[in-house]
Amino acid sequence: MPLDKPYLDIPGTTIFDAEQSRKGYWLNQFCMSLMKSVNRERFKADERAYLDEWPMNEEQKLAVLARDLNRCMAAGGNIYFLAKIGATDGLSFQQMAGSMTGMTEDEYRDMMVGGGRSIEGNRHIGEDGSAQAYRQPQGRAGSL
Amino acid sequence: MARITASVYTSHVPAIGAALDLGKANEPYWQKVFSGYNFSKQWMKDHRPDVIFLVYNDHATAFSLEMIPTFAIGTAAEYAPADEGWGPRPVPKVVGHPVLASHIAQSVIQDDFDLTIVNRMDVDHGLTVPLSLMCGTQDPATGAWPCPVIPFAVNVVQYPVPSGRRCFMLGQAIRRAVQRFDEPLNVHIWGTGGMSHQLQGPRAGLINREWDNQFLDELIASPAQLAQRPHVDYVREAGSEGIELVMWLIARGAMADVAGGPAPRVAHRFYHVPASNTAVGHLILEEQS
Repeated sequence: MPLDKPYLDIPGTTIFDAEQSRKGYWLNQFCMSLMKSVNRERFKADERAYLDEWPMNEEQKLAVLARDLNRCMAAGGNIYFLAKIGATDGLSFQQMAGSMTGMTEDEYRDMMVGGGRSIEGNRHIGEDGSAQAYRQPQGRAGSL
Repeated sequence: MARITASVYTSHVPAIGAALDLGKANEPYWQKVFSGYNFSKQWMKDHRPDVIFLVYNDHATAFSLEMIPTFAIGTAAEYAPADEGWGPRPVPKVVGHPVLASHIAQSVIQDDFDLTIVNRMDVDHGLTVPLSLMCGTQDPATGAWPCPVIPFAVNVVQYPVPSGRRCFMLGQAIRRAVQRFDEPLNVHIWGTGGMSHQLQGPRAGLINREWDNQFLDELIASPAQLAQRPHVDYVREAGSEGIELVMWLIARGAMADVAGGPAPRVAHRFYHVPASNTAVGHLILEEQS
């Protein structure tokens, strides 16, 4: 009998379950290595060479080099691990979270100060909320 | 015997720690957050515990994907604030209570909860931000937290996390364990994390004010019913990281009314949006006996 995964119909959301964790094991362990300042320095000095020391697949490496966190998530990354890349780059959690929406930093901050993203239309895939696939990207980040 | 006299619930947003550590606490944005804790800091002075049993989650700090314990109890003498990639928070080390922690571990495991026992770990913002909020800022060298702390880490990073029902039952087992301890210690149990927030994907920034406040209402008045709520409700309604709220049910399960005693008194309630990406919720419940 298949596992029950009732969370697969939530729009704009990747749940880090056992399958994602298995896919992303080395990507996340690479991120974990950035907790040590000596590794942060080595990564910053030559990102590609540092990534090549890890048994990650090419898509995972390219996603990291592009700093595309949605791509990293799809490749098995978990946000708490990916945050180590953001810390290495000097980014806050808000900057990292905002980068996944297509909004500029200001647009995302304004949304949060205004009470955050509404749940309406964002509970199930197929509704009409701001997180639905057909409404991406949500802001002007890509056009700057 | 030892007894639990109060439970405390609070979000543990990392940006709150950063705001305190970087001297931004007086900025209007952060004042709105910290104003909700002025009462709490005085309350902590007036109701100083002997030990805090602090339920939190590790954020890929002490536990990588190499080991993922569902429930981990710290039985060490002390814990260092972790370097999460931005450098360690400049806060005092956390002093443990190995004797009570070991006692609780043995009792709770005999009560059928399979805890992982941790004798060495660093503690991240999940544990130190609640201490800063409730106890005020402390100098890392000359300051100290008001009492020993028993860290209790729950896996809420890799799905499935423990169910609300399981967390609620665990709280009841922790209560029994504390009551079996001979020394007359005054113990607080804290549940941290939440409230609604999502840090990932196109749905990042989700906040559900109505759901959060209903959660607070039910946590106070009908926790056994709240504990039946399935995971997917948290994720769908409160965001992928809103699932942290199951940890509040551990603290709530340890209160007297769940074991047939009187209902707790709501000493303080606070809710504010936002702190960074997150809805901040905070409750203090005092035992009436």
